[in-house]
Amino acid sequence: MIHLEKRPQPSQFWAGFTPILAVIATMIAGGIMFWMLGKPPLEAIRTIFWDPLFHETFGPYSRPQLLVKAGPLILIAIGLSLGFRAGIWNIGAEGQYIMGAICGAGVGLAFYPSESVLIFPAMVLAGALGGWAWAMIPGLLKVKFGTNEILVSLMLVYVAENLLASVSQGLLKNPEGMGFPGSRNFRDFPAAYNTEIISGTGMHWGVAAAFVAVIFAYVLLTRHMLGFQVRLTGEAPRAARFAGVNPTRLILFCLGTSGALAGLAGLFEVSGPSGQVTIDFNSGYGFTAIIVAFLGRLHPIGILLAGLLMALTYIGGELAQLMLGLPAAAIQMFQGMLMFFLLAMDVLSHYRIRFNKTVPV
Amino acid sequence: MDLGQINPLLLLASLMVAATPILLAAIGEAVVEKSGVLNLGVEGMMITGAVVGFAIGVNTGSPAVGFVAAAAAGAALSMLFGVLVLYLMSNQVATGLGLTLFGLGLSSLIGKPYEGMKAPSMAKWDIPVLGDIPVLGPILFRHDPMVYVSLIIVAVTWYVLTRTRAGLILRGVGENHDAAHALGYKVVRVRLLAIAFGGACAGLGGAYVSLVRVPQWVEGMTAGAGWIALAIVVFASWRPWRVLLGAYLFGGITVLQLNLQAAGAAIPVEILAMSPYVVTILVLVVISLRGNHGAPGSLGRIFHATH
Repeated sequence: MIHLEKRPQPSQFWAGFTPILAVIATMIAGGIMFWMLGKPPLEAIRTIFWDPLFHETFGPYSRPQLLVKAGPLILIAIGLSLGFRAGIWNIGAEGQYIMGAICGAGVGLAFYPSESVLIFPAMVLAGALGGWAWAMIPGLLKVKFGTNEILVSLMLVYVAENLLASVSQGLLKNPEGMGFPGSRNFRDFPAAYNTEIISGTGMHWGVAAAFVAVIFAYVLLTRHMLGFQVRLTGEAPRAARFAGVNPTRLILFCLGTSGALAGLAGLFEVSGPSGQVTIDFNSGYGFTAIIVAFLGRLHPIGILLAGLLMALTYIGGELAQLMLGLPAAAIQMFQGMLMFFLLAMDVLSHYRIRFNKTVPV
Repeated sequence: MDLGQINPLLLLASLMVAATPILLAAIGEAVVEKSGVLNLGVEGMMITGAVVGFAIGVNTGSPAVGFVAAAAAGAALSMLFGVLVLYLMSNQVATGLGLTLFGLGLSSLIGKPYEGMKAPSMAKWDIPVLGDIPVLGPILFRHDPMVYVSLIIVAVTWYVLTRTRAGLILRGVGENHDAAHALGYKVVRVRLLAIAFGGACAGLGGAYVSLVRVPQWVEGMTAGAGWIALAIVVFASWRPWRVLLGAYLFGGITVLQLNLQAAGAAIPVEILAMSPYVVTILVLVVISLRGNHGAPGSLGRIFHATH
């Protein structure tokens, strides 16, 4: 008879090892899924995880994409992980991402065709503020009225999507766009364009911001009082209250930071890789980032690696679509499976498996 | 704008149709939460129910078979959640979110070949005598069978939860799982059954969207209905009849905004389209002002029996 015994403390070893196990399990289950879809499983797995990096023809094109896709995922996931650690569930990052993009792009487009060097920094600021403000709605409602932040932040995603539809066909529509929906393309607006810092690597300002966020989060969580309070609130809420942690401040800090980072991610995406505000420029990064945050064990370094891995599945998925005709949705499912395996294996870090029947009294 | 185009009778009649998917999902989730489990995967189970119900409905030509298949699919998916949460003791919030993301992917994978097809039509019940009553007849008694099935489910849920021993045990497990366990009740089994019921109801709700309400398959077609169902459970203070009230109020808003769009109201379409979500937020705020009375004591907590 198998039974589980709670560990006095989560195992450090298993906490680091379960993500790797989960990835392997997902590859196996994914392979079975691809086989059921009538695709060669091994080839599909290789196309997703190996070819984007090392294939001689596709590699040079795919490798820069890795950073382009990982940047926003890491940036958003870092913010989310702070809240998740403290038991504050912002699941509306997608909405904050959209609002950041709208606000940032709006500021940039308002000054078209100025060539001032201040435009891009102003856009970055507006993007962060837009995301922050959008996340403050569930934040303030939670601290003022105790409203559930999960539902409010999620509802605001749909509100943001409708706003995006509205501005891309109205307020921010390209006046010279022949009536097509969508804003001016930032590629034709150099002062506001989020260019590659090092050409040919995919390293744009958003990726740089993601790396900075990783470092800041690491320092915050390991060296700063606020980071300690975040961890304490998540692990022992009662102890945190006795220790004098101010829950209001913590909720606003966690939601505000994650909103601002998601807003930044949106701005960098819309002014760079995507290039314009369109009705569907957002590609669900806000939701995928939730998986990234968990896959990275809510730890900054882990999130960095998880973001890169998840970016790989995006690029590899596109490649597999091209080469093997694998449906795009299969990759989405693949990412969902990863989350499941991860949560399932988490049991190993919190519990010991015992095989004997006798239970200590 | 011509408000005269909006026929209040038709408006009220379509209210019940608009509310049914959310009602089904919400009543299922209310039972799950009453047993002490928070399943945030309602949206994922609904969309899976929608696509499975549609696919089976199209292939067999029978919407009824489609509904049964959708309920089975929703329940099957919910078991994934149940095993993770109850046996592997994973975080309920994270697992529910994972279920939604997984369900969205699964549904678009299954649904690809069915895009653009039309659902087999479901005959409306024209209840002989009642349907002929002026005004009330068309509003209440000329719908498809699923509208009445959903009402029966609400009534049965209310009866079982409040008037039977099984309901008492379920509520006990939800209020204090340690005490229920000490009394010898099988906490995990009760919760697993509740989760399966919730999944089946969400599946039915999803299938109602794709088979009756729209009726075709569009990717992501539930558009947050599962999340709204979760909000309605909170609004209803976990009581079955209030779930009905909440769902119908919400259905009313949805129908009204659709009618305003069709009537060419001066309000931009996007503002109207976002109104159901904004109203949900406002309702949540009003409810939280009053305090969350009636939330089951063990809601969202992990149960681990040591003996």
